Amino acid sequence: MKNSLNRMYGLYLRHFFLIRNSFPRVMDLIYWPTIQITLWGFISKFFSMYSDYYNNTVGVILTCAILYDFLFRSSISFNMLFLEEIYSRNFTNLFIAPIKISEILISLILTAFLRTMIGLVPAIILTTPLFGISILNLGIPLFFLFLSLYIFGMTLGLFVSSGLLRFGPAFENIAWSTMFLLAPLGCIYYPIEILPEILQTIAKGLPLVHIFEEARHILVDGTVDYGKILNAFYLNFIYFFLGVLLFYYSFNQARKKGSLINVGE
Amino acid sequence: MINPIEVKNIYKNYSDKNAVNGINFSVSNNEIVGLLGPNGCGKTTTIAIMLGLLRASSGQVFIKGKDIEKNRIELLHKMNFISPYIELPKKLTVRENLIVYARLYNVSKLNDRIDYLVETLNLKDFLNQKTGELSSGQKNRVSLAKSLINTPSILLLDEPTASLDPDTGDFVRSFLEKYIKENTVSILLASHNMNEVKRLCSNVLMMKNGQIIDKGTPNELLTKHGQDNLEEVFLKLSRNEK
Repeated sequence: MKNSLNRMYGLYLRHFFLIRNSFPRVMDLIYWPTIQITLWGFISKFFSMYSDYYNNTVGVILTCAILYDFLFRSSISFNMLFLEEIYSRNFTNLFIAPIKISEILISLILTAFLRTMIGLVPAIILTTPLFGISILNLGIPLFFLFLSLYIFGMTLGLFVSSGLLRFGPAFENIAWSTMFLLAPLGCIYYPIEILPEILQTIAKGLPLVHIFEEARHILVDGTVDYGKILNAFYLNFIYFFLGVLLFYYSFNQARKKGSLINVGE
Repeated sequence: MINPIEVKNIYKNYSDKNAVNGINFSVSNNEIVGLLGPNGCGKTTTIAIMLGLLRASSGQVFIKGKDIEKNRIELLHKMNFISPYIELPKKLTVRENLIVYARLYNVSKLNDRIDYLVETLNLKDFLNQKTGELSSGQKNRVSLAKSLINTPSILLLDEPTASLDPDTGDFVRSFLEKYIKENTVSILLASHNMNEVKRLCSNVLMMKNGQIIDKGTPNELLTKHGQDNLEEVFLKLSRNEK
């Protein structure tokens, strides 16, 4: 157990040193979420003033924007940790070190959280003085919504990293586009009823809909439906389990096909 | 007595080619075995299979008597690898890279080990410099330090002196000679530098088209093929001259 923690800590340090050594890298982590949330803050303000649906619910769009950005950043963070090894041609060194796949995954999941929070915390803090809104208004359920989104972000990261393992850097573009592919079905800024019926059925199979519907429900109606939060968790665990299986499968396929050797830009 | 490295009848077939065709060899304690052959002959594939990076189509690799396929993580603790084709994270300093790999290999007394390697490989002057800012020779010494961080008893070297100036190349070769005298280690050295192979290796394996086509001590090969140096033996075998 102690050895296992030591190895996971080693992999965490690899990324911690990378972030600590580069001020532009830290700025880059903070810059995009801040821009994104500020932009949505103004849009949210406009809608709250001129829309019946959002009347008197100033923070709904902005809160959903923050939740979506959290999901986006966590997924990208996980992918970036993997891509960093490819960019630096360190992939082979990592996989000839005696670190188990499970240890790599746990370490990356925890490190991705740190990377996500570096970007998101300043942006969240800014929302109060700029727009008079605090995401903390969601109360205790906020923790469950964040946790659920984080699990889904990691799941997407696992799917993309599996592709990177198997196909190498050529899969990078997919890494950047996964979130945009799911966003329309996630019903982040609008209720699920907006979608055509067939897409509603598909969307209900994603945890995102349940999370964002519930966030809006809490903010608009002031009540919490833990059933919906639980639904999101059930779906999350299924996808996460599949993601882990896919990662192991891709690792074995990569060992068979030789794609772990000399992976680089 | 079991040899630390035993490669038994390894095959690696891809859909379009056979990269390795039934190779067998062993490396004993405190021995450096040279692996020679033209580009694409299967040297890197063989090393990748030995490291568990690649799964053989058939055959087995035994490290310290254990099958690498079944005991990959356990055996990787005792092994390490250096190649000019893989690098350490460029944005981390030399010390940070050594700390990371010391942790990944569960090195006890991490600071002592790093200090020893810094001293032995003369890394002190650039220890706090980013690895990407170093010269090729300095990077090579850092990679060598990383490959020795866990005091490996099995060391796989893939062209460790490629693209180095003669002085740095000689430093690495002298270091390896000293290291093998002071430690219990088995080394497999893939190289295109025939003088290096003659100087360091007690046995040489000549590979071509995924097969070992000849083997012996450097002097045995010279006598057998009636040549003055290993380069001529290499050219003769790789061009398939009689």
